Amino acid sequence: MNGNSTSSDWDGRYFHVDQILDKAGPRTDESFVPGDQVKDFLRNNCKILVIGAGGLGCEILANLALSGFKDIHVIDMDTIDISNLNRQFLFRQKDVGKPKALVAAEFIMNRVPGVKVTPYYGKIQDKDEDYYMQFNLVVCGLDSVEARRWINATLVNMVDPENPESLKPLIDGGTEGFKGQARVILPTVSSCYECSLDMLNKPTAFPICTIANTPRLPEHCIEWASVLEWPRVYGDKKLDTDDPEHIGWLYDVASKRAKEFKIEGVTWSLTQGVVKNIIPAIASTNAIIAASCCNEAFKIATSSAAYLNNYFMLIGTEGVYSYTFEHERRKECPVCGGESLDISIRKDWTVERLIEMLVEKQDIQIKKPSLSTPTKQIYFQAPPQLEQATRPNLEKKVSELVEEGGEITVTASTLPFNLSLRITYT
Amino acid sequence: MLKIWSMKKNEDAAAKKKPKTSAAQIRVQKDLTELDLPSTMQTHFPDPADLLNFTLKITPDEGMYKGGVFTFSFNINPNYPHEPPKVKCVPKIYHPNVDLEGNVCLNILREDWKPVLNLNSVMVGLQYLFLEPNADDPLNKEAAEELKKNRDQFLYHVKSSMRGGYIKGEQYDSVAQ
Repeated sequence: MNGNSTSSDWDGRYFHVDQILDKAGPRTDESFVPGDQVKDFLRNNCKILVIGAGGLGCEILANLALSGFKDIHVIDMDTIDISNLNRQFLFRQKDVGKPKALVAAEFIMNRVPGVKVTPYYGKIQDKDEDYYMQFNLVVCGLDSVEARRWINATLVNMVDPENPESLKPLIDGGTEGFKGQARVILPTVSSCYECSLDMLNKPTAFPICTIANTPRLPEHCIEWASVLEWPRVYGDKKLDTDDPEHIGWLYDVASKRAKEFKIEGVTWSLTQGVVKNIIPAIASTNAIIAASCCNEAFKIATSSAAYLNNYFMLIGTEGVYSYTFEHERRKECPVCGGESLDISIRKDWTVERLIEMLVEKQDIQIKKPSLSTPTKQIYFQAPPQLEQATRPNLEKKVSELVEEGGEITVTASTLPFNLSLRITYT
Repeated sequence: MLKIWSMKKNEDAAAKKKPKTSAAQIRVQKDLTELDLPSTMQTHFPDPADLLNFTLKITPDEGMYKGGVFTFSFNINPNYPHEPPKVKCVPKIYHPNVDLEGNVCLNILREDWKPVLNLNSVMVGLQYLFLEPNADDPLNKEAAEELKKNRDQFLYHVKSSMRGGYIKGEQYDSVAQ
């Protein structure tokens, strides 16, 4: 098939994009071959996954579809709320309550001919490695640290030294009010999300004694209701921040508290904002960050220009400030760092024998290692109770606890973070 | 598509497939197996296979709370260490920085938590509360006022509360050793 035309394309549809793909520029990657092949890959073969169909996701989907990506998948676990409509432009009032992924996919397909958008309404954690393996690229527009950590670890874990196709570039966008960032993560090649976890702003938290005794802000009253009063009244019952009845209860309790301390400003939406940790979303920040993410997706898919290496940050709070730098890999990163060793041992070796071998190994300099598999502890040096509980394992054969090709995570105070062993038996 | 694979060469060690042990899990394993606790603190795991839920017993050997045994519950969620562990004081105690529901006012458990801190720092912080109760960050306001204004009376109330006594109509749990 020729990249210039498919049944749904019309003359000149890709005129502008083709200016970039028909000839090499001064900054194009060495491997770039201009012409039909790259256009064919972009338009007929490249499969891209978009995670999140919210503020960033709507922009990302529109940009990708208009740049010529034609096989787009989208995952989102949320439904549309009326407060989304000011910026999530793929949704209309009639769509309130419907799943974002489904409505967004349908909108894009109606609006941009020839583009197939496959939605999944659910959690990213529902999908396994086989699912993620089918894509060439992943673009994230998420609002949670937890989801980012999960997809990052999943893509890093997927990299198989035997299979080049297993390395999926991850482009991560994020915004908070007027600030945003876009970054390119090449799992196991460049710094990953977990490498930079300590750069994150910590979520705003007020000292608990202020909340309890000297509230001065409406937020203090709301936190008093959610952190102290809810567990006191309802015990172990979990607060569901998506349940209007729960928010209503918090709002009432917080309002009474505010009145008592003569504090103004407790509203229903502030209550919801504080307990869900909502930061006001700015449509134009989303647009800038999504544009940057999609530029990177386009450049990586086509290798038509140098890609971002590897972190772009935007600070729009005071003027327009942006900064691009290379975030370095952290050697002790629990996801992409640490040491990894293939070791081959005899089938009748005990755990104790394996530990002896690790301690004797000159090149890793390990003292008092603790061992576990992804699902259970093998031997812990401390605390005393766990040492005692795992001590019987010392006499067991490693092969009873770990299958062929299985992983053992080793930690020790002498290791910067951890060592992972892949066990094979002779 | 950009040829990323070629950038991987000479990185044999890093190229090895990583285990599916989550980052939080590895971090908890590292924190726990490197705990360096004095004899006044002991951890207990109701289910030794579950590293994310356990208790810590503190038996201060000096200060106003000497002679008591104080148990704290620890609950670590999968977002650790981005989020701090959730810690509660199990018995109802008379202490300026612990309220009657067991909430604890310790800065590193909330506003000053950082991922570079670990379980050891939290545990040492908790023990410190028994050595130096802090009247300036009150959760039990009456206890804090009393500590500030009448130290002897406060000490007397601490001792009687630890035996399961009443203070201003509130009965406290007996925590005597």
